[in-house]
Amino acid sequence: MNYIEPHGHMVSRTTDDYEKLALSGCEAICEPAFWAGFDRSSAAGFYDYFRQLTEYEPKRAAKYGIQHYCWLCINPKEADDPGFAREVMAIIPQFLACPTVLGIGEIGLNKNTRNELAIFEAHVQLALDHDLPVLIHTPHLEDKLKGTRLILDSLADFSQLDRGKVIIDHVEEHTISHVLDAGYWAGMTLYPESKCSPHRAIDMLEIYGTERLWMNSACDWGHSDPLSIPKCALEMKRRKHSAEAIEKIIYQNPRRFLSQSQRFKG
Amino acid sequence: MPSKQELLDLQFIDARHKLIDLAAFLDRIDRHPGADDYRYAALKAALPILLTARPDRARAVLEAFSDHTLEIAQSAPFQGAFGAALTERKLRVDG
Repeated sequence: MNYIEPHGHMVSRTTDDYEKLALSGCEAICEPAFWAGFDRSSAAGFYDYFRQLTEYEPKRAAKYGIQHYCWLCINPKEADDPGFAREVMAIIPQFLACPTVLGIGEIGLNKNTRNELAIFEAHVQLALDHDLPVLIHTPHLEDKLKGTRLILDSLADFSQLDRGKVIIDHVEEHTISHVLDAGYWAGMTLYPESKCSPHRAIDMLEIYGTERLWMNSACDWGHSDPLSIPKCALEMKRRKHSAEAIEKIIYQNPRRFLSQSQRFKG
Repeated sequence: MPSKQELLDLQFIDARHKLIDLAAFLDRIDRHPGADDYRYAALKAALPILLTARPDRARAVLEAFSDHTLEIAQSAPFQGAFGAALTERKLRVDG
């Protein structure tokens, strides 16, 4: 069964992972800009990173027949220094015309600070100014609930925002209803230890339906599994979800959301 | 949708494994020297939720581990998260 990986940090993965993804039916990967595991020392470091995302990584994926797209931003972990963050944000517009850039992301909050919130809102405005979709990261672990509430409160102030063009990622059982009830898309991240297990993600599909939900691996340099989507699809099959229901969540839904960018050809 | 019996057939051994692993973790922490911390207290405080009859135990456990403070710090002194909220660890509130 073919699927779309809507959130994977392939700059951190090996070429062998691309092969495994291709063998498992992955047609397209979307890579949000994120934290490298350490803070960059200059905005120029982000310039190089954005070149990697827009020039190098699509070529690496293409060798395995996989389309590669990206989202651009300064991630929340490095957004707590607003002067530095605005330096990086000044670089972003020159990359927005690149043919594989889908939108602004993954923006959001990390430790739920006012500095992070100001940079988050500047990114949302940037997306509005360029009529781009938005991919939002919600904080980790104990910070997720408070951060999700802050993000939703902030977004409510953007009266021009089309909520159907915004996906709020990494939802869990305590945040998913807040996101869906407010009219946004929600992403469930399948991680070995934190975020969602396949069992819990499928529980949420059964409880909340599949209208505005997608699943992703968010595979990166940490403990993560680039094949978590096909593994979850197998678990759905074991739990008697139909082939159509599985295809909807792993292929049709991400395709429907991502196609709001004219650049997405999946 | 599978029946309860079918779900038990599929997942009971996995759930049993996780419960025993959790029990062993509690034993391990108790057996080793030194003081535990707020994370262990948060874990033990969440355990009774498992024995309630509410339909959203996973949500309740996640909420039990969550930061419910309302203040918003200007900046954060560290970047990471630790899995359980520590109310004593206040971020710097400037604004």
